[in-house]
Amino acid sequence: MSELKKITTPLSDRDVSLLRSGDRLLLSGVVYTARDAAHRRLVEALQKGDPLPFELPGQVIYYTGPSPARPGRPIGSGGPTTSYRMDPYTPPLLARGLKGTIGKGARSPQVRKALREYRAVYFAATGGVGALLSQRIVESEIIAYEDLGPEAIRKLLARDFPVVVANDIYGNDLYEQGREKYRKRIG
Amino acid sequence: MRQLSTELITAEVARLCIEANYNLGGDVIEALRKAVEQEESPLGKEILQQLLQNAEIARREKIPICQDTGFVDIFLEIGQELKIVGGDLTEAINEGVRKGYNEGYLRKSIVSDPLGRINTGDNTPAVIHTEIVPGDRLKVSVLPKGAGSENMSGLAMLRPADGVEGIKRFILDSVEKAGGNPCPPLIVGVGLGGTAEKTLYLAKKSLLRPLGSPHPDSKISQLERELLEEINATGIGPLGLGGRVTALAVHIESYACHIASLPVAVNLQCHAARYKEAIL
Repeated sequence: MSELKKITTPLSDRDVSLLRSGDRLLLSGVVYTARDAAHRRLVEALQKGDPLPFELPGQVIYYTGPSPARPGRPIGSGGPTTSYRMDPYTPPLLARGLKGTIGKGARSPQVRKALREYRAVYFAATGGVGALLSQRIVESEIIAYEDLGPEAIRKLLARDFPVVVANDIYGNDLYEQGREKYRKRIG
Repeated sequence: MRQLSTELITAEVARLCIEANYNLGGDVIEALRKAVEQEESPLGKEILQQLLQNAEIARREKIPICQDTGFVDIFLEIGQELKIVGGDLTEAINEGVRKGYNEGYLRKSIVSDPLGRINTGDNTPAVIHTEIVPGDRLKVSVLPKGAGSENMSGLAMLRPADGVEGIKRFILDSVEKAGGNPCPPLIVGVGLGGTAEKTLYLAKKSLLRPLGSPHPDSKISQLERELLEEINATGIGPLGLGGRVTALAVHIESYACHIASLPVAVNLQCHAARYKEAIL
């Protein structure tokens, strides 16, 4: 298994060019949360030519809707949600410079193609460990769509947030390759 | 006739919602420990260890195991000699959910209707299933079900001619298609027989069994074992990133069926299998 590497957002073309599927990373810096309803609004804003709540170039979106924070904590439980639901919205965001997304589960062929085309990566975080991951988020602030409740866009500050590179810019896919490697033929 | 107040039911539902979301059951923890030993993929092993660490942090810090604290599925077994007093039972249960989700810092994930999609703000309503049983007790089972795994559910109305092979093929296809989405390692809930809605209900209800407890009918428990082996040969592994442990268990519940039917349903449960019950 690969050694842990550290990486800091925002990500440059060079940063992503050094990443390979299977790399285990500790990611630090700003990431923006967005899930189903927020994606819909982001892409509608793009279509209308309205400004977005944050600039996309070099940024990373984390697909999560955290649970409410206890007093004195920046965030509640905050693990990744399933990424395929954001697939229809992802290529237009990548086309405008988004460099990374964090979620769980495999991406569509269209997103995989867009990751190669626009040189961006998809990180897998472990699903269902929101308590553990919340300890790696040190600040959280709602910056848009507060009416969406858990689906509001938050600006998070991550510190040593553990992810694995699932899809790199070279077309590798850890979901496909991992499954193939451990598949057994029975009977 | 024994009486039970809705006030007590509200308090218990609230407590069970919080407990379920903070404290992973001992049976699940035990199964995950075994999975760490069985897993051959180094990344898979590391992920399984994260699941155990996470359960420990959630319990200690009183923070939800997973941020998706779910749609609250409630199963009631109501003794036919019990009288429930003090108001509307459905409202008492929803009040318990409201209280638990507010006081426990649990996420509110329910929208009022599928098209308008406005968050109800308190995680109500619950989905409530009732069965009338002998006796004068009320058994309340609370299963907060995350959408990641629930979204991978399926139903097939097979032909009787499709037999065991058809059943297996449908279940394996469901697990293969779901891949990493439902957060494996899974508990694979299966309903067999009945009508379309009955078999879906059985698939969900099978998740209430203590993890890995085999079905009492040996034909069915054999099918559970065979399916588990075949599911763990898919290579999907922990969180779908490759490995040997894709499922912790397969639970099948079955019912009589029509001479023309062979219904089979799959309801996948993620590794964060949150479930608590109380008898009142």
